[in-house]
Amino acid sequence: MKEIGLHIMDIVQNSVRAGASEISVTLSESIAKDTLTLAIADDGKGMDEETCRRATDPFFTSRTTRKVGLGLPLLQMNAGLSGGGVKIESAPGKGTTVTATFGYSHVDRPPLGDVSGTIALLILSNPGINIIYNHLCDGNGWSISTREIREELGDDAVTDLTIVRPLKEIINENVSSLRNIEAGYDKY
Amino acid sequence: MEKLKSLADLKKIREGAREKLDLRVKGDNPEGLVLVKVAMATCGIASGAKPIMDFFVEELDKRGIGAVVTQTGCMGYCYAEPTVEVQLPGKEPVVYGFVDRKRADEIIEKYIKNGELVEGIIPVNYEKID
Repeated sequence: MKEIGLHIMDIVQNSVRAGASEISVTLSESIAKDTLTLAIADDGKGMDEETCRRATDPFFTSRTTRKVGLGLPLLQMNAGLSGGGVKIESAPGKGTTVTATFGYSHVDRPPLGDVSGTIALLILSNPGINIIYNHLCDGNGWSISTREIREELGDDAVTDLTIVRPLKEIINENVSSLRNIEAGYDKY
Repeated sequence: MEKLKSLADLKKIREGAREKLDLRVKGDNPEGLVLVKVAMATCGIASGAKPIMDFFVEELDKRGIGAVVTQTGCMGYCYAEPTVEVQLPGKEPVVYGFVDRKRADEIIEKYIKNGELVEGIIPVNYEKID
């Protein structure tokens, strides 16, 4: 994966397949701590200890269509390359939280990429799941969710193709305004 | 145009565009919609499925075609990613492999608009997965 945005798209599919009804994606950038943290939490079916341990094994997958499962191993590789790592917390029936930490200024950290576009597509593609996106920049935060969109624009809005572009624009504008104060943040 | 800052701004625009929306097949005829599913598992994403999905979302909207664009998992055709499943109203789904922008454009212009098959179909006794 060349961008953090693509990792988000990828890991969220795991939560979708786990039957989640709510998935929260939190991206926090900290210039002060020099870290970029991506946390994806769901209320899906969760994993037992053994499955959880094997989740980062590239030759382990819950799919039957192929024998490899590279989503988490690739995330772990990219996080590790930039001096961070991946933590997976899960329990059967309780959902799963995947937390990846990257070194913010590390040369090997992938760029953020099209995070707003990814979130907009995820909202469009999963109308039955409440997708929550939180963005934090050293203390400042902003969030948007499928539920808010439904409440504001009506239930049919979330499956409407015309909503993708403006939604992306709203996310971009708000995240950009979080970081006006301090310099040194990645292009969003 | 002023920049969009909140969902309330978006609501205003949508209300303005309501008339245009009503002209479409949309709403009164959900079965009449074209269903486009982009395979979005690790293999698909790594092969560039996201820009292809962006393309479908944008172009179907621009060309005024009533469609639902969504994502699906890996169907086992990792070698042929990005793969896209297209289901025209009342027809069996067709899966296209190696979809780039050029082929995506062909799929919209020839298959979705005229029902004319385009090169790149994955010829298997394919069954839809949920």
